[in-house]
Amino acid sequence: MKFSEAWLREWVNPAIDTNTLSEQLSMAGLEVDGIEPVAGEFTGVVVGEVVECGPHPDADKLQVTKVNVGGEALLDIVCGAKNCRVGLKVAVATVGAVLPGDFVIKKAKLRGQPSHGMLCSFSELGMADDSDGILELPKDAPIGQNVRDYLQLDDRIIEVDLTPNRADCLGIKGLAREVGVLNKLQVCEPVISPVSPVIADTKGITLSAPDACPRYLGRVVRNINVKAASPLWLTEKLRRCGVRSIDAVVDITNYVLLEMGHPMHAFDLAKLDGDINVRFANEGEKLVLLDETEVELKANTLLIADNNKPLAMAGIFGGLYSGVTAETTDVFLESAFFSPLAIAGKARQYGLHTDASHRYERGVDPQLQHSAMERATALLIEICGGEAGPVVEAVSETHLPTVPDITLTEGKLARILGVSLIKADVTAIFNRLGLTVLETNDGWQVSVPGYRFDIRIAEDLIEEVARVHGYNNIPNIAPQASLKMRTFREAELNIQRLRTVLVDRGYQEAITYSFVDPKVQQQLFPEQQALVLPNPISTDMSAMRLNLWPGLLQTVQYNQNRQQSRIRLFEYGLTFVPDTAAEGGVRQVPVIGGVIVGSMHNEHWNMENRAADFYDIKGDVEALLAQTSAVEQFHFKTGEHSALHPGQTAVIYRDDVQVGHLGALHPEAERKLGIKGKAYLFELDVTALGLRDIVQASELSKYPANRRDLAVVVKSEVRFADIAATIKKVGGNQLVDLKLFDVYTGAGVAEGYKSLAIALTLQDLARTLEDKDIQQLVNQVVSALGKEFNATLRD
Amino acid sequence: MNLTAILENALQAVAAAADIPALETIRVEFLGKKGSITELLKSLGAMDPEQRKQAGAEINELKQKVQDALNTRRDLLQHAQLAAKLAQEQIDVTLPGRSLEQGGLHPVTRTIERISAFFAELGFEVKHGPEIEDDFHNFDALNIPEHHPARADHDTFYFNPKLMLRTQTSGVQIRTMEQQQPPLRIISPGRVYRNDYDQTHTPMFHQVEGLMVDTDVSFTELKGILHDFLHNFFEEDLQIRFRPSFFPFTEPSAEVDVMGKNGKWLEVLGCGMVHPNVLRSVGIDPEVYSGFAFGMGVERLTMLRYGVTDLRAFFENDLRFLKQFR
Repeated sequence: MKFSEAWLREWVNPAIDTNTLSEQLSMAGLEVDGIEPVAGEFTGVVVGEVVECGPHPDADKLQVTKVNVGGEALLDIVCGAKNCRVGLKVAVATVGAVLPGDFVIKKAKLRGQPSHGMLCSFSELGMADDSDGILELPKDAPIGQNVRDYLQLDDRIIEVDLTPNRADCLGIKGLAREVGVLNKLQVCEPVISPVSPVIADTKGITLSAPDACPRYLGRVVRNINVKAASPLWLTEKLRRCGVRSIDAVVDITNYVLLEMGHPMHAFDLAKLDGDINVRFANEGEKLVLLDETEVELKANTLLIADNNKPLAMAGIFGGLYSGVTAETTDVFLESAFFSPLAIAGKARQYGLHTDASHRYERGVDPQLQHSAMERATALLIEICGGEAGPVVEAVSETHLPTVPDITLTEGKLARILGVSLIKADVTAIFNRLGLTVLETNDGWQVSVPGYRFDIRIAEDLIEEVARVHGYNNIPNIAPQASLKMRTFREAELNIQRLRTVLVDRGYQEAITYSFVDPKVQQQLFPEQQALVLPNPISTDMSAMRLNLWPGLLQTVQYNQNRQQSRIRLFEYGLTFVPDTAAEGGVRQVPVIGGVIVGSMHNEHWNMENRAADFYDIKGDVEALLAQTSAVEQFHFKTGEHSALHPGQTAVIYRDDVQVGHLGALHPEAERKLGIKGKAYLFELDVTALGLRDIVQASELSKYPANRRDLAVVVKSEVRFADIAATIKKVGGNQLVDLKLFDVYTGAGVAEGYKSLAIALTLQDLARTLEDKDIQQLVNQVVSALGKEFNATLRD
Repeated sequence: MNLTAILENALQAVAAAADIPALETIRVEFLGKKGSITELLKSLGAMDPEQRKQAGAEINELKQKVQDALNTRRDLLQHAQLAAKLAQEQIDVTLPGRSLEQGGLHPVTRTIERISAFFAELGFEVKHGPEIEDDFHNFDALNIPEHHPARADHDTFYFNPKLMLRTQTSGVQIRTMEQQQPPLRIISPGRVYRNDYDQTHTPMFHQVEGLMVDTDVSFTELKGILHDFLHNFFEEDLQIRFRPSFFPFTEPSAEVDVMGKNGKWLEVLGCGMVHPNVLRSVGIDPEVYSGFAFGMGVERLTMLRYGVTDLRAFFENDLRFLKQFR
C-alpha cells in the first residue's frame, strides 16, 4: 500500500524523519518498499489569480493574461491551456523560478507578446505523468503564497509491502495506530460525528447468507450533485496513495477506504428494485461489472441483489447498471462486513483483484461499518450536497467473528522466545497495542480488539511482544541439543562422490529446467507420454522432462552457438515419468546423465586431437559404476533407444535390473536438434545404482603370476563381453586378470572377422604354476572359445 | 730416460687427452703391462737392494703421480660428458602437461554443498522430497488453507488442484515429521518452482529448508544459528538484522537481511518458530515440543557470495560462465 506521509502525520506525528520512520515500520514488520517525493523539485511557484484573459492577437491557441501574484504589478503571461480563464486561482512560476528538470523561467516574448512567467500544470510540477490544462487551485487559495507550502508538497509517498496478516494496516487509521505503538504516542483520530437523517427513506435489507455477510449497513442519500468537483485536498490525498480521481462519489468511497481501510460502495438508488438481499449467486446468473465485462457467476459468489437482479459482486466489484453515473441524483451507500472466507479466492476465479477484494479477503474490522458509513455520508454531503436518510443495519450477531480471550503464560513466552522479559514490560506492550490485558499469577489474559483479527493464539501474542520489543533486542544463542550420533551407512552411495567423479573427468555440471520443450522431448522419446503443465511460462517450457537429455542437448546447442566446440556436461536431478501406480501418478526418479560432443581434449602440442567417441563416455560411465565396488554386477548389452543410434546403444543392467542407457545420439535427432558433431549420451538411475558393496579383503598369492597372450579370430558380430565371460568361466580362480589389448581387422584377417588380442594373467594361491598347468589352462580356454564362438587362434 | 722426463711426458699426455678412450691409451702407455713405468718397476729386480729401495720409492712416487693425474683427468672428462648429456636432455618445463581439463560443479550445487556442510556439522541430516507435490504437503499441512492469500502469492504451477510443482522445500518438513518424532534436525535443499519469469525471477530456483524440533527450541537459538551460519557463509563479520514478517507456517516469523557492500539491506532468508498448527498436523504436541524452521534462496546467496549479477545465468549454463567456478 502507498500512503502519504503527511496524511499519516495528521493522525500521529512522531519527532523522527522520513527515513527513521520507514526504518521503524520495516523493523515492525511493515516492510517499506520505496519512498518517493509527491512532487518534483521546484522553486519560485506561487498562488496567483487570473485577472484578465483574452485571445492572443497572432496565435489561435494562445491566450494573453494578466495575473495577480500579490506583487506591485500584475504579470503579463501568455498561456496555452484551454482551461485558463478569468478568476481562476493558478500556480504561477514567476521569473527566476526553477521547475523540475532545471527548467528556468525567464522573461520572454511569445509571438510578440510579453510573458513574465508561466501558469503550471500538474505534470510541469512533477505531480503527474500527464495532465490536461493548468492546475486549478481552490478559490480561497491565498494569492502570493508559495505553492509548495500551500499544497504541502514537502511530503513523501511511502510504499509498504504488507504481509497478508496485517490487513489492519491497509489504511491510514491502522498505520497510525502502529506508529503510535512504536513511538509510544497517542493517535489523534478525526472525530466522526453521526450525520442526522433529514429524510426518512430507507431500504429493507435481508441477509440470506449471514455466515458470509453478518453485517450490512445501508443508507439513502437524495438530491446529490454528482457533478460536483472533488476538492483538491481530497484528490491530492488520493493521488499520494496511488489512487486516481474519478468523480466525487467514487473519490469519497476511495477516501474512506484509504483512511479507515474500509471498503464502501455507492449504488444509484433509481436503479434498485425493492429491497436489498445479500445472497449467493445462482450458478450461471449473469452480471455486467463496472468495467463493462459480463461475467457468468458461480454459485460460490456472494452478491448484493435487489428483488429482481444481482447488483454487485459483494466485496469485490460493483455492477455497471446499478453504478453511479452523471445522471444519478440519489444514492444508496453500502458499508458491510463480509467474512474473509466468503471472499477469499473469489475475485481471482474471475481474474479480478480490487482494492475492496484485497481488503475483504484478508480481513476488515467487523466493528468499523458505522464509522465508515458516517464518514462517507458527511463527506458526500459536504462535497455533493444532498439529504441523508437514516442508517439501516442488518446484522446477525451470532455470525460476527468473535474474539476469544487468549491466555499466555510467562513460561511459554520464555520457552518460545528463549529469554525472560519483565512482566510489566510485556503488559505495557499489550496495552500499547490496544489489547485488553489482565495480569494473572503466571502470565496474562488478553482480549483482542476487532481490528487485530490476525491475533488468535498465544503464539500470535508472543510475536507481538517480540516485534514491539524488537527482534534485534533478543539475544543470539547457540542451540542446545544432545550429541546423539546419527547413522552413517558406509554402503550408501553418495551423490557428491558421483558428481566428483564426473568433474574430475572433465565434466561441467549443468542445471537445466525441469520443464522442457515438448517438441524436443517428442523427437527423442516419441513413444513416451510426458506430464504437461497446463499454465506454463511458455510452450517451450511446458513438458516435464522424462529424461535429462532434452535439457542437456539444448544446453549443447546453446553453447555450440557460442563457439564452444568441446562440450562435456552432466546433470543430476529428478525426471518425471507418468505412472498410475506411483504417488500422484508420477514416478520422480533421481538420475545422473551426461553428454559429450567435440574433441576429446583441448588442442594440445603433444596429444592426439581426436573427437570423443562412444568408448570415452563408456569409460566415464564405468568410472561411475566403479563407485559401487561391484563392477562385476554391471553389464552393458546391445540394445535400442529411440534417441540413440541403433548400432551404438548400450543398455546398462545391474544383474537383471535395467539402470540406464549409453550411446550415440541418433543422427536424425542430431540433424533436427541442430547439434554439430557426434554427441554421446548417458543416463543412470541413481537409486538403482543402489548401495555399494562393503569390501571384504581377500588373501594375496605368494606365488608368481604368469602372463599368456592369445590372439583369437572370431566373426565381427561376436561380443567381447561373451568371450570374456567364457574365458572367466574356464579360467576359474587361477585367472586373476584378463585384458583385451588389441582389436584388429584388415590384412591377415578374413573379411567379416576380427582378431582379439587378450592377455591372461594366471596365478594360484597355493603353488607356483608349472608350464604344463598353464598350457593346459590356455588350451582349455582356446577349445571353449572354439566351441562357443568358432574362434580360431590367429597364426 | 729419467723419471722427471717420464713424469713430464705423462702429465703432458694426460692434459692433452680429449676423451676417456684417449686417456685409456695413455694409461696403457705408462701403466699398462708393457707401459714405460711398469717396465721401470720390472727393472727394479735387477738392482742391488740398496739402490732398489731408493729407486723403488721414486718409481712408485712417479706411478702415483701419473695415476692421480689420470684419475683427476678422468673425473673431469666424465663430468664434462655428463654435463653435455644433461644439456642435451633439457626440456621446456613450461610446456602444458598432458591432462584432461578439469570440470566443475554448478555454482548452485557448490552453495548447497557448503550450506549442507555447515549444518551437517551440527547434526542436521540432509533430506530430499518430491518436486511434484500434493496440496496437503505443499500447503494444507503448512497452515496455508485453500484461498489463503499466501497461496495466491505463490504463483503455483498446478497440474490439477491437488497436484503441483512444489513452491517451497517446506513440504519436506512435513514429510519428515510424518515419519520421525523429535528430536529432529534436518536440512533440505532442492528445486522449487513459481510461475514468474523476469529479470529477478526464474520459474525454477533452489531453496534450502532447515528444521529443528526438540523440547525447548527457542527464537534466541534460531537467531544464534542463523547468525553463525551467515557469518560462516560470507566469511565476514557482516551486519545482520531480523525483521518481523509473516509466513503461515511459522509464528513468530522473521525475514533476515544482511548489509550489502553498497550499504543497503538485502533480504537473504525467511524463518520463524514452527506454527503449532503445523506441529499438530503431523501429530507432534506443541505443548511439549517447539521448533524453528528457516528457508533460504540458494541463487540469491550464490549471487551475493560470488558477485553474479544476472539470476538467469544460472540456468543458461553457458560454459564460459560455469567454468569460472572451478
